[in-house]
Order: sequence, then C-alpha cells, then structure tokens
Amino acid sequence: MRKILVTLLFLLFGTSAFADCNIKSGSINILANDFPALRTFVETSKQCKGSADFKVTHSSEHNKIAVPALTANPSEFSARIAANSSIVPLMNQDLIRPLDDLVKKYGKGIQDSQLITIDGKVMAVAFMANTQHLYYREDVLKDLGIAVPKTYEEVVAASEKIRASGKMQYPYAAAYKAGWNLAEEFVNMFIGHGGEFFKSGSAQPNINNAKGVATLNMLKKLSELSNPDYLTHDSEAIKVEWESGNVALMTLWASRSGTLLDDEGDPNITKATKLTGPATVGGGNIPAATLWWDGFTLAKNRSDADAEATFRALAHAASNKKMVADAADQAVWLVEGFVPGPKSIGVIEAVKMGAKPYPMLPQMGLMHGALGSEIVEFLQGKESAEQALKDVEAAYISKAKEQGFL
Amino acid sequence: MPNKTFFWFFLPTGLAMILFIGLPIISTGIQSFYAQHDQVVKEVKKCDPFGCTVSIVVDNEETTKLREAKPLGKFNGFGTYVDRNHLAIDEIKKFWNETESFGAFVDQVTNLPFYKALIFTLTYCLFVTPNVLLLGFIIALSLNAVARKIRGPLIFGTILPMIVTPLVGSLVLFWMIDSQGIIGANIQNLMNDPYLSLKSSKTLTWITIIIYGIWHHSPFAFVVFYAALQTVPQEPVEAAIIDGASRFQRIKHIVLPHIYPVVTFVALISLMDNFRVFEPIIGFSAEGSAQSLSWLIYDNLVNEEVILFGSAAATSMMTIVGIAILLAPVLIRTWKEFKTAR
Repeated sequence: MRKILVTLLFLLFGTSAFADCNIKSGSINILANDFPALRTFVETSKQCKGSADFKVTHSSEHNKIAVPALTANPSEFSARIAANSSIVPLMNQDLIRPLDDLVKKYGKGIQDSQLITIDGKVMAVAFMANTQHLYYREDVLKDLGIAVPKTYEEVVAASEKIRASGKMQYPYAAAYKAGWNLAEEFVNMFIGHGGEFFKSGSAQPNINNAKGVATLNMLKKLSELSNPDYLTHDSEAIKVEWESGNVALMTLWASRSGTLLDDEGDPNITKATKLTGPATVGGGNIPAATLWWDGFTLAKNRSDADAEATFRALAHAASNKKMVADAADQAVWLVEGFVPGPKSIGVIEAVKMGAKPYPMLPQMGLMHGALGSEIVEFLQGKESAEQALKDVEAAYISKAKEQGFL
Repeated sequence: MPNKTFFWFFLPTGLAMILFIGLPIISTGIQSFYAQHDQVVKEVKKCDPFGCTVSIVVDNEETTKLREAKPLGKFNGFGTYVDRNHLAIDEIKKFWNETESFGAFVDQVTNLPFYKALIFTLTYCLFVTPNVLLLGFIIALSLNAVARKIRGPLIFGTILPMIVTPLVGSLVLFWMIDSQGIIGANIQNLMNDPYLSLKSSKTLTWITIIIYGIWHHSPFAFVVFYAALQTVPQEPVEAAIIDGASRFQRIKHIVLPHIYPVVTFVALISLMDNFRVFEPIIGFSAEGSAQSLSWLIYDNLVNEEVILFGSAAATSMMTIVGIAILLAPVLIRTWKEFKTAR
C-alpha cells in the first residue's frame, strides 16, 4: 500500500514538474564540448524531453566532428552547442537554421540579450559567457609582498620574484599546447596589444608588424617562466599543475574555476586560490583576453519536428532560473535570474575593462590554425619573431587561397 | 600455379582492392586538383551578448549557386601541389636566389611545412627500419636458442609491444617522460639540469619517438623471423658444425641466405608502415616538434574548423608517390629475382 502511495506521489510530482514542456514527439541529439557547465545545461534540458528521444555527445573533440556530422542529410545531431569561433564554420557551410520562428513560439523566458543575430536572423541562443583570466595564489604573493598583477609585465616580474625566492621553479602556467590552445594565447595577447588580424575590409593577414613581435616576445617571456613541457599542456594539464601546488600565477578559462575551487585536492591550495580579471599588456587599456559566449544552434539538415522538439528542450534550460541558481558557480550564465558569485569575477572584470569578443570572421579559423603550428619554433628559440610571423602569414595565405578567401 | 588459376583465385581480392583502395585513391587524386570556389562574402550586422558589430559573413545563397554549378570546386591543376604548404616551388626558387650560402638555403627550405614533415618522416624511416630488422632478428635468434619449455611465455612477452594499441603505448611513455614522470625526473637529476625536458627539445622528442617506434615495431619483425627460422634445414647447419663453423659463420652463410626473402618482405612492410608514422605524434603531443606527412593530412582534415580537402588530398597523393619511390629498389630487385627464378 505504502509503495503504491509513494509511486503515485512520485508520478504526481513528476508530471507537475515537467508539465510545461510537454514534448510529444521528435528526436533530440546534441553535440557539445565537455565541461561542467555544459553538462549541467544539457541535463537541465533533458528534464523537459517529454516523450522525445534524447541523446547527447559530450566531447572535447567536438570541433572535429561538428562540420562533417552536420553536413550529412539528415544530420547526426539536431543541435550543436557552439561558441563564437565554432559557429563560424557552421555559418560558412550553411549548416544551421534561423531560429526566429521558434524563439517567437517557444522562447518566452529567453532574454533579448541572449540572441545571437546575424544579418537580422537569430542563429544561436547564448546561455553563458567565458573568458581567460588570471588566477593567483594569495599565500605565495603575500609571503613575498607582491601586489596582485594587473598587467602581463607585472605577471612576469612577480613570477621572476617567486622563482628567485626558491618557492617554485615554474611559477606561471597557461595552456600553451601547440595547436589551438597556443594560437588562442596568441590571439589574446595580440588583441591586448591592440592588433587587428586582417587589413580592414579584406582577408589579407596583418600580424607581421611591431604588435605581432611584441606579442610573441611576451609569450616567450611567459613560457620561460612555465614548466618546460608547456608545449604539451592544455587547460586540463595546467589545472593539475595548479592543484599540485606547482604554480602561483595562471591564465585559465573562467569555466574551469568551478573545478579548481571545489572540495577535491589540497584544501590549503584551494583556500589560497583567488581570481582576478584578465591582465593588460604593453600599456594597452583593453585586457589581453577575448570574450566568448556558448550557445545552442540547430542543424539545418534535420526535420522541422526534430528542430522544434530540440529547441523546446534547450530553451527550457536557456531560460531556467533554478539551473542558474543551483549552478551559479559553474559559469557566468547569461540567463535571467543569475546572481554573479565570487567565481564569476574574471568574466565580469573582463567585460568592465572592455575586453573584445573573439573575432567572428569566416577566415579566422584558418588564421588560428596557422598560428598554432607556425609560432612553435619561435618559442623553442629556433627562429626569430619576424620569421615566425612571416611563416604564419605565408601558411595562412596558401590555405586562404585554397579555400577561396583570397 | 597456372596463370588462369591464379586469375580466378585472385579475382575476389582484386575486385575488393579496386573497390576499397583503387577507387578511393582515384577520387582523392581528382579532389587534389580542385580548390574551393571563391568565397562570396557580404557585410552584415552581427549582435551577441557583448554588443553589435558590422562584419562579414559568407553569402550562402551565392555560394550554393556556385556549388550547384560546379560541385567539385574550382579547377586548380597542380596549384595545390606547388603552393607553399606543399612543394613550394616558387618559395624554393626565391630562397635559392636570395640566400648566400647553401646552409642558409637548406635552413629556409626545411622551414617549409611539407619539407619539415618529409625530413622527419624520412629520418624516422631511416632509423627505425634497420633497427627493427636488426633487433627483431637478434630476438628471434635468441629465442630460437632457449629451452622449449620457457619459449611460449617469452614469445608472448616479446610481442606485447605490438599488442598494445600504439596510442596507449605512446601515452604511457608520454607520462613517464614528463618532467615529473619517472624517466623525465631521473634524467633531470642525472644531468643536473632542472630545465631539461624531453618534450620541449626537438631533438629529444625525435629520439623519443624513434625509440618508441623501434620498440613498437620490433615484435613484428621478430614474429616473422622466428617463423622463418623454423624452416631452416638442419642438415647443412649440422654439417657446418662438423666443419668447425662458428655460430656467427653459420648465421651468415646458412641462416641469412635461407631467410633472405623474408627479410626483404619485413623490410618492405616496415618501410611502408614507418613512412606513415602518425599515432606516436598524437600520443606524445609532439605536433610542435615533429610533424610527419600523415600528420599533415590529419591536420588539414580535422585540426582546423575549416576542412582543407584539396590540401589533404594533395599530401595523400604525394605520400603514395613517396612510398612508391622508397619501395622501388626493393620491388625492382624482387621482380628481377622472380624473373630469373622462372
């Protein structure tokens, strides 16, 4: 009897909680990057799936799968969680659909500021913001009487002081893994120097100049203060370095702060881990960082019914006040009702300081790719900065020609 | 076997090979002569949570029209083959005219991505293949000499490196040579240099990958040699022993000539495998210091958000040509022997 009662209560509770979604048919299949905030987001949307089929693929290799998977017709995924950079190849190949009608019909809780509009059409709905900013060890800086660095020049000076004190051999860390990560650090630092990647109004590269050289020299200085294996370290690897207490200053994604400040690992390190805004560089006043949004896009090559079901489930999460309250420390949510906590300070500072968003240009992926492989030899001391930048431009130009941009 | 029997015997395999190897190669070849259409871009207003800007996007309507008219893309002939990311003919001419010494010229050429990758690939082949043959042969001889009872477990232990997935094997070694790993930290202590890192130095990364390659490929050579050793006739060996031949002389004059065709076979397969070196580069995260031709293809296809089919196809075709050139001497020799044998 009691069992039946419990079951009945559960059923009642269940139906009342999910009643607002009421998706009857369709199949939902989501492709997303793999970090805690995105898992929370997808889990929240799953609560609303109703009787629709629900599948999700979380992968850090999402960039490699996205274009081929969405090109197929019908496409493997009905939705792709994208960011400023990864929406571009989808736009270039015309693989995602405008969301205006669906937003009008089902997007009641979504704020206008969440809508990514391109040429007047809603192409994505953003739900979180991200950037790379500084993390520091309060105890180490205090012991040595170092003020919290505000510029990368101060980061270098502080790291040199920490090294000289004998406390740590490699006091600085950033994701310098050859390839995408390293190129991203270049992009940040170049924007911090006030650089523009392309000559205005064209796809001609514009990095082989004084700003590019200054960018490379700063990256080199920082790399010399990092673990010698820096060319193989991605975000996950430097997070581990930090948790082992080997690092006192670090540039890392805001979305990783949750896992750094959780209860796992040495409590003394966790307690001394503090966040601050991104640093500026070379006397510039905008931070050497790029702003990112994460949002969802819907595949074009998929039936309207699937698109509708997917949109309703994802919109449920993208306007979910309970989710942003429960997971307030996982990300800087762009959703209504989000109250920024201490872990969001990096992104908020970046926005206040006027950080620029990552350039959403059709040919930017080619530049990013060329940077990732061609500046390695400079960091290894095998090439001059000018030669490295010349190589980047040449590699970019050949690829851009093949791709029809030049 | 009469030619007619051979034909019918080979037909199913031949058909499968045409279908799964021949046609894809032809399609790749055709692809390599085409580039993407010129991009039609337009200026539009883009708004995101951080504000609005006016910038460019690809005009999809126009692009679709172009694609429908010519689905393969823009004909580019050998354009992709000779551009800077491949054979770089123009760049090399320029370097030749501009540089003063031959050393400077070589420096400039080896800085080009294709030649950089080619040099690593050839170095890898050159060091790994002979060492694999030698090591495999020595292990086979040694194991052939030990007591039968313990041979089974020993053989199993020896072929383990081949059983371990290349990626897993290289990852294990990757963690061991980390500056805080067991090998990396000990080398730092031994050399008394806290900044020494096997992963950051180009030379050391190359050496690591080559040693890994030898470790991974030797069991294959061993297995084949060991099988071949079982077929060495005992009579001449015994006769040689009675004549007072040393162990070395017996191997040189009886065993080696007997298993010679097998050595050629292993050398061929090893060369082909090594020329396509790829997994260790990913496993060791060595993209920065070591790039192979296969890695270039992979990079063109997946590492960037824009997929470069033409580039990847051109590099693939040149890899095939490269393997053919490398194998040519061995193949010609085998053909001649085949002719004389008949």
